Amino acid sequence: MATKTRTIEVELSTSGLDASGKPQRVPIVTNDGGTAIALEEPLAIEPDLDGEHMLLNLGPQHPATHGVLRLVLELDGETVVRCIPHIGYLHCGFEKTGEYRQYNQIIPWTDREDYLNAPGNNVAFALGAERLFGIDITERCTVLRVIACELSRMMSHLVWLGTTSIDIGAYTPFLWAFHQRELIYQLLESWTGARLTTSVTRVGGMMADIPDGWTGNLRKFLDGFIKVLDDVDVLLTRNAIWVGRTVGLGVMTPEEAVNYGLSGCMLRASGVSYDVRKDFPYLDYETYDFEVPVGVNGDVYDRYLVRMEEMRQSNRILYQALDRLPDGPINVDDARVILPTKKDATSGMESMIHHFKQVMEGPRPPVGEAYVAVESPRGEKGYYMVSDGSAKPVRWRIRPPSFVNLSAIPKMVEGHLLSDVIAINASIDVVLGEIDR
Amino acid sequence: MTDQPESFDIVSVGRALVDAAPPVTPRNVLHRGGDANPSADALKQQFGDAIIRSAVGWGETTVFVARAHVGEIIRWLHDDPAQQYDYLVDVTAVEYREAENPIEVVWHLRSLPYRRFLRIKTELKKGSPLEVDSVWGVYHGADWLERECYDMFGITFTGHPDLRRILMWEQYKEGYPLRKDFPLRGRFSRSEQLRQALAANPESRYSMEELTVAEAFTEIPDDMRRRLASGERTGE
Repeated sequence: MATKTRTIEVELSTSGLDASGKPQRVPIVTNDGGTAIALEEPLAIEPDLDGEHMLLNLGPQHPATHGVLRLVLELDGETVVRCIPHIGYLHCGFEKTGEYRQYNQIIPWTDREDYLNAPGNNVAFALGAERLFGIDITERCTVLRVIACELSRMMSHLVWLGTTSIDIGAYTPFLWAFHQRELIYQLLESWTGARLTTSVTRVGGMMADIPDGWTGNLRKFLDGFIKVLDDVDVLLTRNAIWVGRTVGLGVMTPEEAVNYGLSGCMLRASGVSYDVRKDFPYLDYETYDFEVPVGVNGDVYDRYLVRMEEMRQSNRILYQALDRLPDGPINVDDARVILPTKKDATSGMESMIHHFKQVMEGPRPPVGEAYVAVESPRGEKGYYMVSDGSAKPVRWRIRPPSFVNLSAIPKMVEGHLLSDVIAINASIDVVLGEIDR
Repeated sequence: MTDQPESFDIVSVGRALVDAAPPVTPRNVLHRGGDANPSADALKQQFGDAIIRSAVGWGETTVFVARAHVGEIIRWLHDDPAQQYDYLVDVTAVEYREAENPIEVVWHLRSLPYRRFLRIKTELKKGSPLEVDSVWGVYHGADWLERECYDMFGITFTGHPDLRRILMWEQYKEGYPLRKDFPLRGRFSRSEQLRQALAANPESRYSMEELTVAEAFTEIPDDMRRRLASGERTGE
């Protein structure tokens, strides 16, 4: 583990101004282990009482577990000696159900597994299915999908920001973040008709084009969004409580992070700049100008910084996507997967038969298998699909990033205090719908 | 933001070691054939007969390996400096609809330094024990992925330190949900599932390992511990 002393400036009082009107800053010093050393001398430690370890059951129904997660903690006083996570309370067999559904019928299921990233999941699934069919999507569709992905990244990070700040004791960022999220939901609602479960893609295209004036509304939102991020930044980044409760917690070194298969912000906060958008690009991400924020210390504070910066980068990508959004069709011209227009289907016999077969039997990809990964807000979200030539996949596997990220939680919390378990668990940004599927 | 904290640095380059051209979005991917991952040839040279065959489909290279050699092959891929598959993406299995086809166990590996993706597969014949080496010693991330694979398919990963069910509860008796012979609605009727849920002892939600921490565990008689472990309702 990198043991270096680092100094983070914090503002001590809420007004935070000294006599000359400048922000008052006091450095907070971290020790070799990365833990923040208190600003005042700690009280003398009471003699260690020789007692039994205690078993504490945290969850499954607890607001700070961000879902239905249950942690069985063995405590020595207030220190976690051992953590045994239990998951599966939301298991509903998505993968099994997918084997009984046509490809387009699976898309609504992808909304519901990682429900904070529904448009991103729709895109990921459609990309995987299109790989199986051998389809390249249209230019306009590519850009619209980038917009969907980045909006859902912002949306998910905003929920993370709000809920984490509540867990750690800051209420205001929650309200600000959820207001911004509401604005994104309004945009999605006017595009797809749904807020949470968008089902925005179809195999070979999109479910609908964006309505008139939508890009203007998105621009308006993007202009205001950065200001809110700056406000949250002022509230949290140098806040003594926030820093004290996040610095040095749940440290993962780069080697450990890679070995545990962490991905997304968890991995990047540890200093490994692996981002699917850069390293295994999709949707022409290599042509966008954006940066991948990377942390150094791999603790909860760095994960916070990385996620905040990622939202700014998403903002940049969205401006670029709006600038380049071309005209043209949103669906590929491929009769295997795309339904005929309503007018054709109701007036022409051939089109009607085509429509009927398409809906009743479903499109059939050739025999083969594909694994397509995208960078979801939680990390590498992959869909692995195996086709035997029939209209339904033989196997539909979700590679859940937060499942793998959560599997490192015993490693991260052991040795920390009980209250830090909440902060560490929040920093993983778990979505139990995706973990249990 | 006036000044960034010193601990935070923005970098835009990937972690890749090679000076290859930056990756681009794949287009017009071929159904069969195309550029194979060079690791497939390297594996063939290194392990010879243990590599059964390799194929390229939709731009991804799949290498079929003999079941007995999975552990050493994946360890070699991880350790060899010319391969450096340092990132385990996924461990899963595939069962085909045709009952005579073997079950395939699938490992998705990434080499972050070389930006490579490789799929390793091994076939497990039905009728013989579904056992394969665990790669937990190489990648700690395999812990839960292998547990899930065991939970859903009943494949035993030998060498895994703590192979027990993960998504289903420990006393789950209906079998392995993702197997093709498992009906979509489950094996037991709804009333039987409800009866079992009501009959379950709340204490059985804890594993025996966890209960050993609890007070008074030492005072529980042996037979009662066994009944607790089996999920049977005791006492009242």
